[in-house]
Amino acid sequence: MNQNLYNYILGIADNSLILGQRLGELTGHGPSLETDIACTNISLDLFGQVRSYYQYAAKIAGDKRTEDDIAMLRKEREYVNVLLVEQPNTNFAYTIARQFLFDVYHFLFLTQLEKSKDLTLSAIATKSLKEVSYHQRFSTDWLKRLGDGTSESKAKMQEAINDLWTYTDELFHQTEADKAMVAEGIGVDVTTLKKAYYEKVEAVLSEATLETPESKWFQKGGKQGIHTEHLGYLLTDLQYMQRTYPNMEW
Amino acid sequence: MSEEQIKSLEEQFEARIARDEKIEPKDWMPEKYRKTHIRQMSQHAHSEIVGMLPEGNWITRAPSLRRKVALLAKVQDEAGHGLYLYSATETLGISREEMYEQLHTGKAKYSSIFNYPTVTWADMGAIGWLVDGAAIINQVPLCNTSYGPYARAMIRVCKEESFHQRQGYEIMIKLANGTLEQKEMAQDALNRWWWPSLMMLGPTDAESIHTEQSMKWKLKRKSNDDLRQQFIDQTVPQAELIGLTIPDPDLKWNEERQSYDFGEIDWDEFWQVVKGHGPMNKERMKARVNAWENGAWVRDAAMAHAEKKQDRKEKKAV
Amino acid sequence: MSTKNWPLWEVFVRSKNGLEHRHCGSLHAADEEMALENARDVYTRRSEGVSIWVVESKHITASNPENNGEMFEPAQDKVYRHPTFYDLPDEVKHM
Repeated sequence: MNQNLYNYILGIADNSLILGQRLGELTGHGPSLETDIACTNISLDLFGQVRSYYQYAAKIAGDKRTEDDIAMLRKEREYVNVLLVEQPNTNFAYTIARQFLFDVYHFLFLTQLEKSKDLTLSAIATKSLKEVSYHQRFSTDWLKRLGDGTSESKAKMQEAINDLWTYTDELFHQTEADKAMVAEGIGVDVTTLKKAYYEKVEAVLSEATLETPESKWFQKGGKQGIHTEHLGYLLTDLQYMQRTYPNMEW
Repeated sequence: MSEEQIKSLEEQFEARIARDEKIEPKDWMPEKYRKTHIRQMSQHAHSEIVGMLPEGNWITRAPSLRRKVALLAKVQDEAGHGLYLYSATETLGISREEMYEQLHTGKAKYSSIFNYPTVTWADMGAIGWLVDGAAIINQVPLCNTSYGPYARAMIRVCKEESFHQRQGYEIMIKLANGTLEQKEMAQDALNRWWWPSLMMLGPTDAESIHTEQSMKWKLKRKSNDDLRQQFIDQTVPQAELIGLTIPDPDLKWNEERQSYDFGEIDWDEFWQVVKGHGPMNKERMKARVNAWENGAWVRDAAMAHAEKKQDRKEKKAV
Repeated sequence: MSTKNWPLWEVFVRSKNGLEHRHCGSLHAADEEMALENARDVYTRRSEGVSIWVVESKHITASNPENNGEMFEPAQDKVYRHPTFYDLPDEVKHM
């Protein structure tokens, strides 16, 4: 099997899996019914993407692995999502900050992935792009509402942006699989997205009357499977059934 | 208005309903009609919203991605249905916030079944199959109820809910055809959810206080006991088909009635749960109150932002 | 706690091009963008629409059912507005 392609797909899919799982935690607990429904929609979009990616990865693996094995039976160190998406729903400002900081990246990324020589990835990108374009609109609008809302919401939104800022740089780190796939014309060179990303983020933050954090200290490690302590608990939930009742169908 | 005038209006009103005409929000209606509808419709809406919690409890732990998206979509539908019903109730002159207030202070009720805990994955199957099954039996006749906005909301709800019960029953089929452990999990869930599901169709006719008036206004088309019998008769064969046993030793086919006889329901338990002593009453309310209170700053911010935007627009226009 | 509640909006959805927008329900939203987005998330989850209108409920002016007599009954005896009012021999086709 093409190990680099397999790893590359996980690098994309794990982000959607972990973020989808985080949003799923909120269903039934949103600040209003309408917002609750909207967040679940985003979660459903992400899980839909996840399934397409993992089904493709399972095909490449060519053994007995299924989409669920890939999603639920890896060890913590084998998940390669960025640290940003595993951060908890501390409050709604964190949920929106996390979503926004990821959506802007996700949109730029998929726009490039659409041009991939790999037709399956390109097709998934085309479909996902419409969804993510809406996610970006949703999180951008909410960022503006909370940033330029009340003094309380502004403080909360700024705090969330400040706290999550440290996880943004990792989005643009290249892995070995990335490099190999870029060379083959399949993968996206994420380093080229960085400039557009920060320009867009800064513009929206400014419109939301928020400060762009100045800190240049960034966390990394997710792409190498070294995560924050939050991920282990998220996986405990995600994997509970598959671990407790191995080899069964549901 | 004189008493006589009101009486004549009431007679005309009842005659309209008897003729199967719909009542719309701005039509004159007796105060009792309005109040009864606010009570039943908001209770229905609350049940949808509180009903999200026991199933929401398993979203993060669903055993496969396919099950996860189905469950997410189902719980999301419940939010949607709550929303349709709150909106329909608002046409009677009560705000969603007032209804929440009534729920949070315990003044308004919701379906008691959601005060039981979901302890295994099989509970997702049992809830979809039994609880949604019982709910559908309750709800389908409401698509034809006399109050227009309620009937329209119910048509939408029933259309969307058709996948819910299938989703649950499919989970049960898979478990029943699975390993011994899975089969036991399914049977255990059926054992725990069977009786609460029967109770969900309401107290026996002898103890039901609102039935007669509700029948006249088409808020109810069949009595609780009739609905319960219908539910049992349709569910028993479904259990048999997948090799599960209904936890009722007195359950027996009655050839003469062409229906199942069934055992005594523990109404003490029912009333205890209604009064707030179910295993999860407190947690469910706490979850709802927390979501609402923790969301207050978000809702305020959105309003403040909208006002600022409006101001800017008006200034520009000047 | 909240001081001002999100206002109510009415939602109209066009199910496909060629058909009119139809009222399908209402929802709460703080502003028009949110109303449109919420309408999309709440009322078109099953591809029910290709176009959405939202209007804040307070902007709708409705007729009063108490005036239904003067509003609508006068139209009832104007049968000459309908084709069936006119007698034609059976032999006449396509009219």
